[in-house]
Amino acid sequence: MSIRIEKISKAYGELKVIDDLTLQLPSNGLVSLSGPSGCGKTTLLRLLAGLEQPDSGLIKGIEKRIISMVFQEDRLLPWLSAADNVAAVLSSKRREALNWLERVCLPEEFAGYYPAQLSGGMKRRVALARALARPGELMLLDEPFTGMDTDLKENLFPLLWETATRRLVVLVTHDLTDIEALAGQAYRAEGPPLRLREA
Amino acid sequence: MEPGRKRIKYWQWLPILVFWLLVWQLAYTLIGSDLLLASPLQVGSRLLVLVGEGHFWLTAGLSILRITAGFLLGVAIGVIFAVLTARIRLMWLLFRPVIVAIRATPIASFIILALVWMTKARVVIFIVLLMVVPIVWANVVEGIRKTDPQLLEMAQIFGLTSSQVLRLIYLPSVSPFFLAAVTTALGLGWKAGIAAEVLSTPQPSLGSELYNAKIYLETPNLLAYTLVIIVLSLILEKLLLWVLNRAESYFKTHGRLGDAA
Ligand SMILES: Nc1ncnc2c1ncn2[C@@H]1O[C@H](COP(=O)(O)OP(=O)(O)OP(=O)(O)O)[C@@H](O)[C@H]1O
Ligand SMILES: [Mg+2]
Repeated sequence: MSIRIEKISKAYGELKVIDDLTLQLPSNGLVSLSGPSGCGKTTLLRLLAGLEQPDSGLIKGIEKRIISMVFQEDRLLPWLSAADNVAAVLSSKRREALNWLERVCLPEEFAGYYPAQLSGGMKRRVALARALARPGELMLLDEPFTGMDTDLKENLFPLLWETATRRLVVLVTHDLTDIEALAGQAYRAEGPPLRLREA
Repeated sequence: MEPGRKRIKYWQWLPILVFWLLVWQLAYTLIGSDLLLASPLQVGSRLLVLVGEGHFWLTAGLSILRITAGFLLGVAIGVIFAVLTARIRLMWLLFRPVIVAIRATPIASFIILALVWMTKARVVIFIVLLMVVPIVWANVVEGIRKTDPQLLEMAQIFGLTSSQVLRLIYLPSVSPFFLAAVTTALGLGWKAGIAAEVLSTPQPSLGSELYNAKIYLETPNLLAYTLVIIVLSLILEKLLLWVLNRAESYFKTHGRLGDAA
């Protein structure tokens, strides 16, 4: 089932971050958004995740969806190793967790490292592995490539394409070249209030 | 141990100990009254006699038992209250003033009140408990409140169960606060417990020995028992730290994920 965002508005105090936004999203595939800092991208993802409620309007089709997410922050559990962080959402299947870490190109020897011992881009990959590992219908990615080089990103794109055949992936990025490379349905964002233009 | 400080080796603290024993001896010679201050030798020989007596060990054992009982009860009640008040606003509004009042009341007032209310041994347990509960409560509440909301949000999105949230997020977040609380509480609870024993004189107890030493002006006894109380306090603290360390490493290897390597 597709997701329909119908005339939603969201304000923080005086600031209208989202104002009367309507958008239709497919049931699977890759949708990417890029736009300037502060235009409301994260707010839109949080509304889709159900972490914020719109002040008015409706989001249809997210009610019973299983969601996985890469937040703008890594949000890894500091007291668990990289592998255990992934395994935590898998009801403890450690082998599978290691497999996911390998697929996001985290070298095997780092699986036992704690988040504080990993580089910025490595933590990002662990967070991405965690989101991929959770079987869901909607995957929200808030700047998942922060701290990663072009080669690395090119290795990760096929993983997203493959995932997008089975679920809807909504990806937010600053980098326009990412959007071009990723193809899929792309929007240029402006705001606030958030406006989306097909790119 | 404070960060950046090296553990002090025995050959470093031995001369320091000798120095202070000499200062003690000097003070004894200058004061020149066995009533006001006993010499290190007098206290030492008194100690040697004491540890040879079965009664001494019974006394120390019972004091430890009473104070430990109060401490464990206090920790349990403190944690339960912390969870309740951190989660239920009404409980917080209701019990916060009580805890603040307990903290502000001199412990002597409680001891005297408790003497009216209950048997001697219970007075000690009650006083230790009263000392421990507010410390554990305040720290655990702070730990719960300071648990990272971003991690809790992550847990919500990823559908972690409440037991997973407890085990993977709350317990590790609260544990440093809990550790700080119980080590502080043990030291304070121990001293309050001995004070309660002095005033309520349950038999036999270290506190009533102190009391008798005061009544009969037996300064060597007073100092010997004081030394015993200090040493026992240090041993109990070390024991507690050892237990907590064991618990933590057990948690690290077994408590996490079922089939972690
Ligand atoms: N919880 C909040 N309370 C108040 N204002 C908020 C809150 N969350 C976001 N905002 C405001 O909403 C606007 C949009 O924020 P948002 O995080 O959605 O931007 P963004 O497009 O993700 O930016 P960036 O690319 O820098 O991450 C900002 O002006 C921000 O200050
Ligand atoms: Mg953002």
